Amino acid sequence: MLLIPCPHCGPRDEIEFACGGEAGRARPSDPSALSDTDWGEYLFMRRNEKGLRRERWRHSAGCGRWFVLERDTCTHALRAGR
Amino acid sequence: MRGYSAFALLAGALSGHRRWARAWRDAAPRPAYDVVIIGGGGHGLATAYYLAKAHGIANVAVLEKGWIGGGNTGRNTTIVRSNYLWDESAALYEHALKLWEGLSSELNYNVMFSQRGVLNIAHNLHDVREGKRRVNALKLNGVDSEWLGREGVAAFCPILNLSDHARYPVMGGTLQRRAGTARHDAVAWGYARAASALGVDIIQNCEVKAIRTAGGRVTGVETSRGAIRAGKVGIVVAGHSSVLADMAGFRLPVESHPLQALVSEPIKPLLDTVVMSNAVHVYVSQSDKGELVIGAGIDAYTSYAQRGSFPVIEHQMGALLELFPIVSRLRMLRTWGGVVDVCPDASPILGTTPVGNLFLNCGWGTGGFKATPGSGHVFAHTIATGAPHPLAAPFALDRFTSGKLIDEHGAAAVAH
Repeated sequence: MLLIPCPHCGPRDEIEFACGGEAGRARPSDPSALSDTDWGEYLFMRRNEKGLRRERWRHSAGCGRWFVLERDTCTHALRAGR
Repeated sequence: MRGYSAFALLAGALSGHRRWARAWRDAAPRPAYDVVIIGGGGHGLATAYYLAKAHGIANVAVLEKGWIGGGNTGRNTTIVRSNYLWDESAALYEHALKLWEGLSSELNYNVMFSQRGVLNIAHNLHDVREGKRRVNALKLNGVDSEWLGREGVAAFCPILNLSDHARYPVMGGTLQRRAGTARHDAVAWGYARAASALGVDIIQNCEVKAIRTAGGRVTGVETSRGAIRAGKVGIVVAGHSSVLADMAGFRLPVESHPLQALVSEPIKPLLDTVVMSNAVHVYVSQSDKGELVIGAGIDAYTSYAQRGSFPVIEHQMGALLELFPIVSRLRMLRTWGGVVDVCPDASPILGTTPVGNLFLNCGWGTGGFKATPGSGHVFAHTIATGAPHPLAAPFALDRFTSGKLIDEHGAAAVAH
């Protein structure tokens, strides 16, 4: 059970949140200029880190805010992302 | 290797069961092998077995960082079926199911394969249409499948909640009679014993730390028990596929999630089939010991910890009671989790990699156990010949560049 620190509401139960996956994935500004390999890389390839990971979360059953969280995928330890 | 038989059992009984030989050799690593398989789960052991048996390549090592079958092979809910929607999947999983049907005699090891049927329940009009479509698609692919109306379901599995007032009423279901369950530990042990007898080295407590390459080709691995040279290397590590791919310098589309299951206290025979429901999301069968074996879903976030969160279990119990109010007073004995590698299209990745002589078998996600013999069989062919087996070819890694995905989310919507 995760106790997730929402920047607006404070620590709340994980069932109030939706996980938005890997943080920092920017959509390419001109997809049609990309090769198939680069477009596939953006769409499908993931870091899937073992250990510390930056990810997007949304307090979907609360204030609705998106934020970045750092989470250790081995221990589930959390801290607010930068 | 001494074969197992009724006579061997009798002789064993007469000698007080004190003279049984070890089932396989606990080998120490040698400096070099023709093929190194990373991962001693069911898929890796099956791959090694078929390399030796079907392709005559016995100079093979299976490297397992823990103990064989201690990962997802020993953590699943043991369900075997082949009722997949798309042609490519149906062919691959049906290939596996046919191997399951002869596996105990092939391995001379009782894997307790029980074709008790798998029933997928439909709870709404969409489920009914999707179920009937799937039955028709399966029949066209020569896979056994039938549609049961509500009465048919009631006759086949009378303990289901068939009330008109149910929140999720039972409106029918698809049934694959050749599907069922198998003893998952026995699958690992049976393949290990048969592979070991053919000369394969099964090396436990041997974690791969690095993959060595030269000139774009793999040359060996660094392990916690020293360096091992290899002509070819196969990665069959499920939840840790991204970690191994990272060592070899490429990325994968998979993400690792915890998948949970649980068992109840043992009770008398109650359920003689496997029941799955996508809408309420539960799958359940009864083991020979009498425990109900109940499968849960994955956590939404990635994790390498072999445990899941409690809300998933809570949801699971709600779904179970919706389908089977009769078990409302049953107590649960234990829960556990495994790390599954989920692909964006819910289909596996089988074949070559950007690194020469390095092969990959991953992405089975929540449903790899059922494919164990077929996966090992086609992957052994792929490694031995250097080119994908025809059944494996559509599952190549490059489908994430070409866009030719095999979207099984609809057909196999739940963890299974």
